[in-house]
Amino acid sequence: MTLLDQFQLFLKAQGWPEWAYYTVPALAGIVVIIGVVLAAVIVYIWWERRFVARIQIRLGPNRCGPEGIFQPIATAVKILLKEDIVPANADKVLHFIAPIVVFVPILMIFAVVPFDRGAILVDLNVGIVYVIAISSISVIGIFTASWASGNKYSFISGLRSISQMVSYEIPVVLSIVGVVLMTGSFSMIKIVEAQTVPFILLQPLGFLLFFMGALAEMNRSPFDLLEADSEIVAGYHLEYSGMKFAMFYLGEYGMALAYSAVITTVFLSGWQGPFLPGVIWFLVKVMLVFSVIVWIRSMMPRMRVDQLMSFAWKAMLPMALINLLVIAVEVLVIPSLQWLMLIINFGLAAVLILLFSRIFTLGGGRVEV
Amino acid sequence: MKFERYGVGIAKGLGMTMRHLFRAPITVQYPEEKLKISKRTRGNELVWFPDRCTGCGTCTKACPQGNIVLVTHRGEPNKFIVDKFECDTGRCIFCGLCVESCPYNALAMSVKYECAKYRRGDLVLGKEKMAVSAENRPSAYCRPQFEEGLPAQSLLLYNREEGGQKLKFIPLSTRKRGSHA
Amino acid sequence: MRLTLDGEVITDVEPIVGYLHRGIEKLAETRTYTQIIPLTDRLDYLASMTNNVAYCMAVEKLGGIKVPERAEYLRVIISEMIRISSHLMAIGSFLNDCGAFFTPLLYMWREREKILDMCDMISGQRLLYNFMRVGGLSQDVPAEFITSVKKFVAEMPRYIDEYNQLVKENEVFLARSKGVGILPKETAIAIGASGPVLRASGMKWDVRKMDPYSVYDRFDFEVPTGQNGDCYDRYWVRILEMTQSLRIMEQALAQLPAKGPICADVPQFFTLPAGEVYGYIEAPKGNLGFYIVSDGSIAPYRLHIYPPTLINITAFADMVKGWKVADLILTFGSMDVVLGEIDR
Repeated sequence: MTLLDQFQLFLKAQGWPEWAYYTVPALAGIVVIIGVVLAAVIVYIWWERRFVARIQIRLGPNRCGPEGIFQPIATAVKILLKEDIVPANADKVLHFIAPIVVFVPILMIFAVVPFDRGAILVDLNVGIVYVIAISSISVIGIFTASWASGNKYSFISGLRSISQMVSYEIPVVLSIVGVVLMTGSFSMIKIVEAQTVPFILLQPLGFLLFFMGALAEMNRSPFDLLEADSEIVAGYHLEYSGMKFAMFYLGEYGMALAYSAVITTVFLSGWQGPFLPGVIWFLVKVMLVFSVIVWIRSMMPRMRVDQLMSFAWKAMLPMALINLLVIAVEVLVIPSLQWLMLIINFGLAAVLILLFSRIFTLGGGRVEV
Repeated sequence: MKFERYGVGIAKGLGMTMRHLFRAPITVQYPEEKLKISKRTRGNELVWFPDRCTGCGTCTKACPQGNIVLVTHRGEPNKFIVDKFECDTGRCIFCGLCVESCPYNALAMSVKYECAKYRRGDLVLGKEKMAVSAENRPSAYCRPQFEEGLPAQSLLLYNREEGGQKLKFIPLSTRKRGSHA
Repeated sequence: MRLTLDGEVITDVEPIVGYLHRGIEKLAETRTYTQIIPLTDRLDYLASMTNNVAYCMAVEKLGGIKVPERAEYLRVIISEMIRISSHLMAIGSFLNDCGAFFTPLLYMWREREKILDMCDMISGQRLLYNFMRVGGLSQDVPAEFITSVKKFVAEMPRYIDEYNQLVKENEVFLARSKGVGILPKETAIAIGASGPVLRASGMKWDVRKMDPYSVYDRFDFEVPTGQNGDCYDRYWVRILEMTQSLRIMEQALAQLPAKGPICADVPQFFTLPAGEVYGYIEAPKGNLGFYIVSDGSIAPYRLHIYPPTLINITAFADMVKGWKVADLILTFGSMDVVLGEIDR
């Protein structure tokens, strides 16, 4: 029974017409989700800037508001007041649509993220599949943006984005299938409730693969080839300014937030935790995941595009397949012996990482021209 | 290229950044706290000692930019009266050669450094602006005799307690750390 | 730089230089020998002390001016300091080009900042020092400079260790930089490359060792070399060179005469005998030479600058052809290019 169901029942009891007690709670839920996500994104931007600054022995923004917490708002206002420039040789319609296509799916992911017990907009029975499907849509937006800009750097970025996102979907999905096998359900709530022991302990390799794949999916370092500022200036949002750029910017952080939330839900047992209320646990875990992402970003050099692809296809895909196979066998043979699974899976992770670090060769090098 | 060390190098790097997270930042919150600048600062304005200047014009010849204008007329026997002494700080490259060349120590660099102006014309300094005064203090560049009154430079090499710039502890609030100057 | 791409692969590179041309060589013809020193600051603005030294040494060579002992040692200390600062900047921006999001750059800037602080202390400015004079230094260094340098030399090895921990073994960094942008030894010699770029290709050649100028023959130091001439070697040679610079500084500090003149008796305006001279030193980026033709007046008849990065960059097109766009940025970063020197 989610909060929305309760709200619906309450409206029903008040004698509201039938159309109203379906639409009003849904609309209320959407408004709340969008508000929460945008507020969280602002906190995220602030946190990333401050955290990276402290790693880099700087202070970071600290002028607007207490400890600079209003800096993202000031930035947003500045961006909104800027002139919206459309390049002369841009495809004007696509140039307009692309930011929306990037931003909206990211908000849609949050429809199935359980913030607390019952605090979920809709408990789809295919929740995790929905997440994967929806999050792939923004690739189209990114490619549209890069194509519509009519800029060569953007176009390189768009080509990179397609290859990167499509390749990394596969290990991400395969590592999630392991979780689904253990849970026996696609529903996000069921996945959280199944985690008496967090899946990060039961499936360390799955977590690692999912985390790396997620980094690539949300264009974070070391897989941030789409917006490699030293190579292709800023990539797909090079020709964007004003509100449209803000959409991309929010979309990027919204994606990071969404994936942190999904990682928290799928691998870190979501809202579950002792003493504190569920939503606090959830937020703490999300923040922790995001901090790790920022931490990795702060020092990792960027991979090259061919290395990126060979890493996905030659290392992550076989590892994910073997991981899936072993978990499937475990679920069949020893479904109740979780401690044994834990030992086997840790051993598997160690062996596979050692093995692949020996046999896997990053691709490419010079091409004769 | 192989991942031969299975991520140990990455872990080392992450550890290094994590260690830096617990170090005090080296940022200086500029308008609130100002560092003590070098004693030999080649600051933004020349300091001119009218009583020592003989109007010989060595500085104008030494200037690589041809930037110093000096107009004199003959006054009493064997003495030049300076009518016009001008330096356009917009064209000045602050090399300090004029100060170095002055045979009568009548010219010094200033310790001022916040000298942005709204108009280009304001950058041209005349006799009155360059004359030595309480605001227009000379720096010790090529003039070691002025070294005493100036504060010691705050180096990043030393901690704050030793007169340096480095903080020892992480400040709890970063909003304003008080004046350091 | 104009690139022709086939997908991500570079098929042709055409470096286009000249956007920073200031006509320094022509300007020098209308200035006295002392007035040229501020101009040399603006060549390689990340290491302007060594530019000053190179120019002053060329003039001293032509004029037969003997530099006092203390000035020579101070020149060595300051040049090595600037070498470390320039290498820190080079490595930092190289890692930044790899995509390491400013963290290594800012760590290295912290140490560079210490060096700039000390240069500020002696010369009054942080970047364009104009500190060397024909015949020595413009003024003596304050006493606290020596103690600061000693402290810096003592604590710097720890920071170099930190840099090594940060990225030296990082797998992604190794994958990106090893075997990438190779400059073969033969090509390097053929184009006349110098500095860390040449040494990374395996050629043991350093002006300080091969043709010792100033007092470099009195110090014990090694010339680090790489094997493959790839980006990683260029990075690693620079790190090793910083350690060697620290060694030289340590020895120079120990041998530094406590007192003595710091400048030979050279007037503000002077003439040189007619003739021509080529003076060159090992600047942080390579072999920096000044060719002066004097006609006996107070200004040179012709001044030519032999900048190391311009020579190094001539091999650039061959180094990156066939590699990806990302490798081009990396290779360019590892060459340590300062455009002020290329365009003069």
